[in-house]
Amino acid sequence: MTEHTRRQFLSASAGLVVAVTLPLPGRAQSGAAAILGQDAPTQGDFAPNAFIRVAPDDTVTVLIKHIEFGQGPYTGLSTLVAEEMDADWSQMRAEAAPANAELYANLFFGMQGTGGSTAMANSYMQMRKAGAAARAMLVAAAAEEWGVPAGEIEVAQGVVRHGASDRSARFGELAERAAGMTVPEDPPLKDPGQFKLIGTEVQKLDTKPKSTGQATFTLDVYREGMETVVVRHPPFFGGRVANFDPAPAMAVPGVVAVREIPSGIAVYATSTAAALKGREALDVEWDDTEAETRSSEEMLQAFSEAAAAETLVAEEAGDVDGALEGAEQVIETEFRFPYLAHAPLETLDAVIEMRDGVAELWMGSQFPSLDKPTLAQTLGVDPSNVIINVMFAGGSFGRRAQPDAHLAAEIAAIAKAAGRNGSWKLLWTREDDLHGGYYRPMTVHRMRGGIDAEGNIVGWTDVLANQSIMAGGPMEAMMDKGLDPTAYEGATKMPYDLVNFRTSWARMESPVPVLWWRSVGHTHTGYATEVFLDMLLEAAGKDPVQGRLDLLRADAGRDRAVLERVAAMAGWDGQRVKGDRGYGIALHESFNTYVAQIAEVSNDNGMPRVHRVWCAVDCGVAVNPGVIRAQMEGGIGYGLTALLYSQITLLPGGRIAENNFDDYRMLRINEMPAVEVEILDTDHDPSGVGEPGTPPIGPAVGNAWRALTGQTVTRLPFTVGVQS
Amino acid sequence: MYNLTVNNREVSVDVPGDTPLLWVLRDELRLTGTKFGCGVAQCGACTVMMDGMTRRSCVTPIEMADGAFVETIEGLDTPESQAVQAAWVANDVPQCGWCQSGQVVSATALLTEIPQPTDDDIDNAMAGNICRCATYQRIRKAIHDAASTLEG
Repeated sequence: MTEHTRRQFLSASAGLVVAVTLPLPGRAQSGAAAILGQDAPTQGDFAPNAFIRVAPDDTVTVLIKHIEFGQGPYTGLSTLVAEEMDADWSQMRAEAAPANAELYANLFFGMQGTGGSTAMANSYMQMRKAGAAARAMLVAAAAEEWGVPAGEIEVAQGVVRHGASDRSARFGELAERAAGMTVPEDPPLKDPGQFKLIGTEVQKLDTKPKSTGQATFTLDVYREGMETVVVRHPPFFGGRVANFDPAPAMAVPGVVAVREIPSGIAVYATSTAAALKGREALDVEWDDTEAETRSSEEMLQAFSEAAAAETLVAEEAGDVDGALEGAEQVIETEFRFPYLAHAPLETLDAVIEMRDGVAELWMGSQFPSLDKPTLAQTLGVDPSNVIINVMFAGGSFGRRAQPDAHLAAEIAAIAKAAGRNGSWKLLWTREDDLHGGYYRPMTVHRMRGGIDAEGNIVGWTDVLANQSIMAGGPMEAMMDKGLDPTAYEGATKMPYDLVNFRTSWARMESPVPVLWWRSVGHTHTGYATEVFLDMLLEAAGKDPVQGRLDLLRADAGRDRAVLERVAAMAGWDGQRVKGDRGYGIALHESFNTYVAQIAEVSNDNGMPRVHRVWCAVDCGVAVNPGVIRAQMEGGIGYGLTALLYSQITLLPGGRIAENNFDDYRMLRINEMPAVEVEILDTDHDPSGVGEPGTPPIGPAVGNAWRALTGQTVTRLPFTVGVQS
Repeated sequence: MYNLTVNNREVSVDVPGDTPLLWVLRDELRLTGTKFGCGVAQCGACTVMMDGMTRRSCVTPIEMADGAFVETIEGLDTPESQAVQAAWVANDVPQCGWCQSGQVVSATALLTEIPQPTDDDIDNAMAGNICRCATYQRIRKAIHDAASTLEG
């Protein structure tokens, strides 16, 4: 692919680019070096650009710049290419693109990475243009070969055809000649009315290997002579190694080395079982002088007090203090949210191989552009000698999107401490995962709302206290006036016309590392705002659906549409309780995708049992309705686990109470509600679906529980909250 | 030295007797379809068949599997497993995919024992298998679909 064309591809979506350029050492890499590197096409392939390889065997392989961990980019991005190429779905394949920020940047981030439900949104035009270019070159090749005008050639289902001369060829047959064609500057794209694959439920490309045990994940990589490494991390955050005795670990058969690395004590062994046993035998003394030693209860209390003191204003309008002063009725509530672990079912893991100054990594790398320079710097090798294989990952939910690249740093430190050529696999156990930090921030919302004599909401304040995800890392440059929008997103830019309101933030500090967790700030703002709104509407004597519709701003048409749709789906008739079932509604936009849900709940020995959930979603053009429904179903299940059961608890002294799935409970099949999803038919550009299904389920269930029992749960999870 | 049959192949492994079967399958035999999720028999990602019963390989010491007949996801090949996997594909069940080997093994065992399971049967047989992506609704439907296929 020429430099000229590449720039064109990038600039094609320039209008969508959010100006975020991160200070990345080693980010700039010669495009030529990259093309000649590991992603170089095989002999005989037609590679019209960095994203597409057409092989003589007629397969079309799309290089996917976004990590696949279930949210569907392998299928979604390949669909865009296949659509514009007029390929047959059965010939499509997908592979991970290599780490190369120049070629494979997320156009919203300015670096290679996945997050914020942006994969489809940032790739939509880019991948279509890539496919259209490939199609044009195949047509040009056929025109040349057959000596006919290109304009008379048609393409359908992977076959290039000239009707008048009754000639046809498959892509593979034209691959070699197509490779010599000029890359078109601005290939025409289809009108949405011409779409054949976009909008249909093509079979997901990764379904079969994942149903037969054949899909290869990081943990499945075995290299010749590879050692397995587990690391004993400090048992509290901010702790350090004071002393350790490697002897008991070294005495375990199979343990070959014990090394101190920045993140703890690494145990190297010839097998996983030996590594785990060796770590068990380790004797380590810890220094907790700079550690977080407060308990969760103490921290929540401190956060609550901070939320009552002076805070930074994130958004305000009108005269909220005056409005609350003059209100007929003022309602106040404080919501408390715990730390949450993401707990992807595949724990963190990585494999590294050192070969004379070349470092090759296999990892579920969600930010290759950050992992690569970290590896290079830690190992003292040139970034051009760092190869990253972005593997299928067994879930992430934000956990693998690491601004500080801590997992890459740890595997690099392991290789560095070994100080030789060789290969090592790093495994975190479930306990390491739950104790390992990078949690959804513990958060307090203090809310006040005023209602006038006519039942109108006249004032609304929301004060949040939590730690910043962005501060202290490469994302800090995006913070404006000391504000981290990920701390309170969803409590600002609400669709309701609240007239007088203020959302403000108190930034908390702790050595406990925090991270984005499926939908980030929306995980708590969705619950706090939608439950509090329900309380105000109830106090005003209004219906939860009509009350919301009446409050929506005139320009909130997409919010209105999903709300009306979900009400219709559930047959909402204003009755919040029918028999032993309560019904609750919630509306929440995140990442430009609009979702409304209604939950049907009964009281199962003091805890909600969720029977049914109706979900209406507007994510723009529905590229693959099956994937969208799956993400809504999954997002609902994920949010429900957190709502009902999940909390990471710091005990006095700072140790974590939860160890494994026996005390960090997951939703199981018998607890999964029947989920019905409808996708609104809109022509907006597609937005993401990985996260937006999660925020509304908490408040929908919370509001159903309020309807059924009269209890507003303000302390999550429900296992704790229903008792307080 | 422990001797067992894995996917109809006789194997001998020289590892300590307390080595979990899971790590024997993965590290020694390179059968990587069986996954690690928790190590304490809470998630079911490591589910295999041992002497005809589902078994959490992460808490099964190899000495307990000495002489046993073990089947992993790679070795499943019965009308039930084929129906289950076909239904998994037709319903696009997997998301991240990490738990799905264990889900498929558990579902195959269920249909082998109860050809036409009710929703309660499915809950009972599958509640030990966590899916963090919450593909449960599709798992349930796929099991019913597979049962219909087997009924013919």
